[in-house]
Amino acid sequence: MSVSRHVLSVTVRDQPGVLLRIAGLFARRGYNIESLSVAQTERPGLSRTTFVVTGEDATVEQVTKQLQKLIDVLTVVDHSGSDYVSRELMLIKVSVRSPDDRVEIRQIAQDFRARIVDVARQALTFEVTGDERKIEAFINQMRPFGIVELVRTGMVALERTEQVERTEQGRGRAKAA
Amino acid sequence: MKGAEIVMKMLERHGVEVVFGHPGGAIMPVYDALYDSSVKHVLVRHEQAGAHMADAYYRASGRVGVCFATSGPGATNLVTGLATAHMDSSAVVAITGNVATSLIGTDAFQEADVYGITSAITKHNYLVKDVADLPRVLTEAFHIASTGRPGPVLVDVPKDVQLAEYDGPLDVEVDLPGYRPTYVGNARQIERAAEAIRKAERPVMIVGGGGQAAPEAVASFVAHTGIPVITTLMGIGAYPAGREESLGMPGMHGTVTANRAITNCDLILGAGLRFDDRVTGKVSRFAPNATVVHIDIDPAEISKLVKAHVPVVGDLRDVLPRLQALLPRLDIDPWRQQLAAWKARYPERWKREGTLASQEVIQMLREAAGECIVTTEVGQHQMFAARLFPTSKPRSFITSGGLGTMGFGLPAAIGAAFARPGERVVCVAGDGSVQMNVQELATLAKHRLPVVIAILNNGMLGMVRQWQELFHAKRYSEVYLADSNPDFAKLAEAYGIEGFNVFDREQAQEVVPRALANDGPVLLNFYVYEAEKVWPMVPAGAGVDEMIIGDQEPEEQVREEVPA
Repeated sequence: MSVSRHVLSVTVRDQPGVLLRIAGLFARRGYNIESLSVAQTERPGLSRTTFVVTGEDATVEQVTKQLQKLIDVLTVVDHSGSDYVSRELMLIKVSVRSPDDRVEIRQIAQDFRARIVDVARQALTFEVTGDERKIEAFINQMRPFGIVELVRTGMVALERTEQVERTEQGRGRAKAA
Repeated sequence: MKGAEIVMKMLERHGVEVVFGHPGGAIMPVYDALYDSSVKHVLVRHEQAGAHMADAYYRASGRVGVCFATSGPGATNLVTGLATAHMDSSAVVAITGNVATSLIGTDAFQEADVYGITSAITKHNYLVKDVADLPRVLTEAFHIASTGRPGPVLVDVPKDVQLAEYDGPLDVEVDLPGYRPTYVGNARQIERAAEAIRKAERPVMIVGGGGQAAPEAVASFVAHTGIPVITTLMGIGAYPAGREESLGMPGMHGTVTANRAITNCDLILGAGLRFDDRVTGKVSRFAPNATVVHIDIDPAEISKLVKAHVPVVGDLRDVLPRLQALLPRLDIDPWRQQLAAWKARYPERWKREGTLASQEVIQMLREAAGECIVTTEVGQHQMFAARLFPTSKPRSFITSGGLGTMGFGLPAAIGAAFARPGERVVCVAGDGSVQMNVQELATLAKHRLPVVIAILNNGMLGMVRQWQELFHAKRYSEVYLADSNPDFAKLAEAYGIEGFNVFDREQAQEVVPRALANDGPVLLNFYVYEAEKVWPMVPAGAGVDEMIIGDQEPEEQVREEVPA
């Protein structure tokens, strides 16, 4: 049994309670969510949720099948095994203790293409977008200066176009079957 | 038309004959519309019983069962019934009233988050906030409940929605892009299944609750191939008990033959079952040498607990005939002989002297009843009934398998009697379980249904007592009922139902045939041996090959008996 990280894109109908159902399913069956993001898509009435879950492959397969069973879930795509683009957005407030710090912080932020979204005497707030590694690296760079607070959206992902090997399962059709 | 009238019109359009329910403040507009409707209503004494009746109505007939409850406590009383239906894949539509939309979320009188509470125990549920949605929602509710893997659907309707006017069309096309059950099995998978079965020397078929909808397909498949058949608790009647190919029930209280067949087989053909832990015992010891072919309509059941080497997602009515067409009669005579030898060596046994035994009472009931519907409560009597009173017809052995709900049997008998008028129903009960919905004697009395309630009264919570005796050093904690049980015959009489207390064998032999000849309800209260145990037994957490056959008789060396 191999434990690995899976990025799942779940397309759902915008119905009240659909998140309750999905969250309830994860909680009830003891599946762990690392991150979760939800928003509307290009198609009206549909939302896309992106989950990052870690677990044994068989467990994650169960997760996808259980998600498929929900009436308001249209598709479940497990991106692992295919090439995908993923991004996350972070807002991070860093304390500024001296003018030297300010210069250095701004220099690092420039290297990371982080945008300043709020400026104050004792703190700078940045908006950083990127894959998880970039976000983590930026946090590490800022740590010595003192992180006042930060917030992350959780990962969103899309498959790369050139490699259209869809692992999308038709509703009610198991990958195995 | 008011929302409440739309509810009743939609039920009529879906062919609903009978609704089981209990009125209350938040569902009064629906009850007002019911007053003018052709739909019959059965007034229950507790909403839980209404849900069980609707559940059993479906199980007995294959037609969706419907129940009503009011908001708050009415709806929360449905919870156990819905969970029972959900675990056993029973098509129920539950309609609950709720407080007005303007009051939702304010902790109003008799408000509960029924949508939230029931989302985990229903196949799907709705909170209807706009009367214009009612025709669509109710159409979808019936569709979802009864198609694919069946299950309960709850529709919560706030009182102002019931009172709101709507004049739009009631005919709605179902459009559920996220819900497309697979009925037709994949041809390549069916071929692979056939290859595996052809190669097997010791195959066995296990039929679960899914078989209740496909008895002809199962019977034809077995007649053609000659494959031995195990029926799970939920599968009883999907293939007739007592035939040469029938090995009985598997698992914790299964037959020796069924469990040995599982341990020694080289192929399992699982049909419409979910390999519940009461069937498998310890999974790593379950059918260690078998190739598993698993047919189920629910892809999420495939490889959930027991890994399927050949999965086939589809309806048994599609898959089994196609599989059958690819198979000859199986050349497995040595295996069949071995199974027959085990069957002969391990017949059902119980003590025949002294105090009346539960098993012999069930035998008497079976002989006197002939073809009938059996419902059970939950406990030792349920296992005795499953082993000694399995029906030969499908949809006729009605029991709470997955959830194990005490209090199911009596309301289930009433629901089944409404589903199949004119047929005799025998409810095998225990003195503990029957008291969990005993108020339904009133419903039974009112409708004079042909239900015989047979209480196997050992004055104990017998199954718990058995576990305490075997696994808790005979520390009998809180299982003694005899000192405070009612006189059940008098209790029945208080409701206007004939009741008999039966103390011994001779009396039983006289009373049982007489009760079953009666057209109306009868309650029989048999005082039976209190320390009876259900044998064989696979202890919790053990493998089915570690079954204890009876007192002082541990299962020995099963694997060495494999035919050469």
